[in-house]
Amino acid sequence: MKTWQCVVCGFIYDEAQGLPEDGIRAGTRWQDIPADWACPDCGVAKADFEMVEMAA
Amino acid sequence: MDPVVIVGSGLAGYTLARELRKLDAAVPLTILSRDEASFYSKPMLSNALATGRNAAQLASASAEQMAAQLGARILAGTDVQAIDVARRELRAGGVTLRYSKLVLALGADPIALPLDGNAANQVLRVNDLAGYARFRAAIEGKKTVVLLGAGLIGCEFANDLAAAGYGVHVIDPAPRPLARLLPVAAAEQLRLALEAVGVVWHLESTARAVTRTAKGLRVELADGTALEADAVLSAIGLRPRTQLALQAGLKVNRGIVTDRQLQTSAENVYALGDCAEVDGQVLPYVLPLMHAARALAQTLSGTATPLQYPAMPVVVKTPALPLVVCPPPALAGSWKLQPEANGLEARFEDDSGKLLGFALSGSALARKQALTKLVPPLFSQ
Repeated sequence: MKTWQCVVCGFIYDEAQGLPEDGIRAGTRWQDIPADWACPDCGVAKADFEMVEMAA
Repeated sequence: MDPVVIVGSGLAGYTLARELRKLDAAVPLTILSRDEASFYSKPMLSNALATGRNAAQLASASAEQMAAQLGARILAGTDVQAIDVARRELRAGGVTLRYSKLVLALGADPIALPLDGNAANQVLRVNDLAGYARFRAAIEGKKTVVLLGAGLIGCEFANDLAAAGYGVHVIDPAPRPLARLLPVAAAEQLRLALEAVGVVWHLESTARAVTRTAKGLRVELADGTALEADAVLSAIGLRPRTQLALQAGLKVNRGIVTDRQLQTSAENVYALGDCAEVDGQVLPYVLPLMHAARALAQTLSGTATPLQYPAMPVVVKTPALPLVVCPPPALAGSWKLQPEANGLEARFEDDSGKLLGFALSGSALARKQALTKLVPPLFSQ
């Protein structure tokens, strides 16, 4: 499972955890999140997120 | 056709350019920047030490890369001298540029406290990447930093510095940190949490003078207390940059006045971000900026779109106490507190029990989305 970081505010989306309060189940992969989803902390569009490798 | 010209390459300018390009791949786009126009995220300055990034690493894309990505002409190191709204042209870097539409994304200036002392001019202010680079250079290998201001930026920087091992002192005239945004209980939690990571508070205090000493700087408080420091950082607030707009004859209040479509008093001239006062609101945060950039991009590409501001919580990046606050408007109401084992939920409700704002800390953060949905929009259609 990968983690994705918002390039603007640093919010981390962890695929293993999902975002239940946003209706995104744990285990949901990044590509399966709707395209119109935005960072819950700062509103940046999904397209503007960058992928960050999980730390070892 | 004359280009859409954006003045400013901060988060506002570049986000607008990006949103515009999602809708219109063809319109000529020119971005003017006073600095080197690297893309960087200002929110990331507040925890750069924790994330192990220096100023150079915070610049995630150069002007050349942004120009290529956006299909835009980027004029870096270029100051705008004057705008002629009647002729739709501006003077910048010694040349005259015509525009079809102009967007002012000028940002804001840090407010400077009047200070006595022979080192008052060494007080640092960080409001862009270059300023942040100077700050990091000033504290490299040093021990103690004094911060003026216990607002959002002051608290975030205090946490970042303290967690990195610096001795940190914070001075503010208020009795608590974030006194304007947070209810008392949450502000007290924050005060204690930052104290626990080593921040020394000088609340209900003001700095009077900064002088040079053999070892560094000395900050004198109004009550006579003296603090030794290697660097002093001022974070006491921002003032929208309105000079260019004033000179151009645009309507200016606290910020550059715009309507709900982000248009200034001059046709074809818009304002966005920390410099803008949209329908009476100056909101120097990222969420409002994102909503505004999307609406303005629609308007610029031909679909006049009034801005809608839903409730927009502000995340306070203080790892010592994760916090989010949705400040209530200036309406009658009161704070209702619901402490839990590892957090606090504070609701601001009017007399009928309607939720107008909230503050959440620790374990209560999980309810941010749910509560945000209940708070009325700032303005909507």
